[in-house]
Amino acid sequence: MSLDRWIALILLGFCVVYGYTAWFTMDATLAPFMKRNPIWPSTFPKILSILGILLSSIILLGFERNVSNTTGIDYRRLHEYKLGQAVLLLLLMVLYALLLRPVGFIFSTSLFLIFGSVILGERKWFLMLPIAIISTLFVWYLVQVVLGIYMRPLPAWIGI
Amino acid sequence: MLEGILLGLQTAFSVQMLIMVIGGCLIGTFIGMLPGLGPMSIIAIMIPVAISMGDPAAAIILLAGVYYGAIFGGSTSSILLNAPGVAGTVATSFDGYPLAKKGKAGKALTVAAIASFCGGTLGAVLLMVFAPALSSVALLFHSAEYFALMVVGLSAIAAFAGTGQVAKALLMTVVGLMLATVGEGTMFSLPRFTMGIMDLQSGLSFVTLAMAMFALPEALFLVLNPPKPGAGKREDIKELRITRQEAKSIAPVIGRQSIQGFFIGVLPGAGATIASFLGYAVERNIASKDEQKEFGKGSIKGLAAPETANNAACTGSFVPLLTLGIPGSGTTAILLGALIALNVTPGPRLMVDEPQIFWAVIISMYIGNIVLLVLNLPLIPYIAKILTIPRNFLIPYILFFTLMGAYIGQNNATELLILIGFGVCATALKFADYPLAPLLIGFILGPMLEDNFARSMQLYDGVAFITERPMTMVLLCIAVLLILLPSIRAKQAKIKARGIADGD
Repeated sequence: MSLDRWIALILLGFCVVYGYTAWFTMDATLAPFMKRNPIWPSTFPKILSILGILLSSIILLGFERNVSNTTGIDYRRLHEYKLGQAVLLLLLMVLYALLLRPVGFIFSTSLFLIFGSVILGERKWFLMLPIAIISTLFVWYLVQVVLGIYMRPLPAWIGI
Repeated sequence: MLEGILLGLQTAFSVQMLIMVIGGCLIGTFIGMLPGLGPMSIIAIMIPVAISMGDPAAAIILLAGVYYGAIFGGSTSSILLNAPGVAGTVATSFDGYPLAKKGKAGKALTVAAIASFCGGTLGAVLLMVFAPALSSVALLFHSAEYFALMVVGLSAIAAFAGTGQVAKALLMTVVGLMLATVGEGTMFSLPRFTMGIMDLQSGLSFVTLAMAMFALPEALFLVLNPPKPGAGKREDIKELRITRQEAKSIAPVIGRQSIQGFFIGVLPGAGATIASFLGYAVERNIASKDEQKEFGKGSIKGLAAPETANNAACTGSFVPLLTLGIPGSGTTAILLGALIALNVTPGPRLMVDEPQIFWAVIISMYIGNIVLLVLNLPLIPYIAKILTIPRNFLIPYILFFTLMGAYIGQNNATELLILIGFGVCATALKFADYPLAPLLIGFILGPMLEDNFARSMQLYDGVAFITERPMTMVLLCIAVLLILLPSIRAKQAKIKARGIADGD
């Protein structure tokens, strides 16, 4: 089974869960006077769930002929691409999301930019360090002063 | 209309707006030039900046500037590197790159810039004529017609998605609509599909979703499959002049393609990409035999056609956005989201309630086109230096700006995890050839669609509004036809093909 049909299967599951919630559990909390309304909060989701189940089944059962890949990247040759780098960058992003608050904007962002380049294979430290630190400070200044959005610059234990 | 134009001139020619247009065009050109980054990612990254400015007119002018800057920048990388940054400029590389290889990169860039300028400007003139007319018609619409119109828009987007893609595009739209139902709706203050998670109470953020759908997958694709350094050797840019004869030969092409491109841009779902390919094909077919041979080998007509068409189509795509409040493409959907975030609802009332926004946007299009021609063309050799920045430095920054965009909007680190999660899903969908723009358009239109549906249901006490309002009925029939047409045509083609095979 090709990837698009696997995804259709997953989406079918999603639509079924969505539909189950809309059809069977959502109306339980509805106030009695609202039940006289021609439209309930669950009406639109109910319609959507039927459409979603229908469409994902059409793709899953292969009613529509699949045409060749147009995005220029083929998942069947995924191992030939730089998959490791992509996964490491994603992990780095998750780490950044978790560290942004506790460690503060300046440290976490500089480290993110430096390690991002390192993962991609850059080793010119004398370029990476100053560029990362200067651009971090610049962005922090822009966000904090120009846009006026507060971002904790330093780790929580240092203050501010 | 005249007072509107004057009001627009007054707003658009303030110092702040001029800075917005120039800044937007420059930023758009810079980032649009990077291969693999489309206008949608760039606009998505710029949204937090635009929203935090607080002025809707300035915000949409900035974002519109970024939009046409990106298309212009995309054509530069198509010509110089044969690496289109934007799908709408793929057709530009057919003739632009061969010209550059012949050592005429400067000339190719000039032709592209002039064609873009004319396409954009003529498009803006048409927009000025058609948008007010359409919006006065749209004022007659009720919520039932709005509901039907949105259904037509969404199904047209799916219908134009291409063969074998209709069901996928429709499914993506439905998933987008489903995601839009998460959180508390406006009609009923009842949390839906939040799974008891407090963070989902206010729904998913559209900026996060836009980043996850466009910016993150595009950046990941750049990591996975870096453009081969050998594929495009950068050509030197010299001699920007074109001769009078060349100008004469491309003038009719530009005239035709501006009009054709504009009207293709107005249709929902058919944007700059289709306009540029169609423009290229049409011009090749009507060219003389000798000129036809030149196409694909460095014909300036073949370069001017897609460039004019894609810029005119960009302008055309503003018509449904500004008059009906219905975006026809991913990019205008993002613009719509930004406007809603700034408490402006585009639609027929926009022209009446906030004429300064409506007209300032149109006037800013002229200014933007002039900026692109006057400022960017002489600067192109320097701006093109950005293409030499190594990707090892570039990609972490793209990812960082993607994350920042989502963070600034919500000031919430959970948003970043949602972004990464959706980004991974979007990358998988992109691998399997699912179009992502319909999902975002569905997500943005979802609340409006449901509100209008709910209002008509309440007014007519049920689904009677479909049968009692002929206009609604007609629109819904058009929507059904739009969805069925591609499959009927495919079936006919199959039968025909079989017939030919049998005959042999």
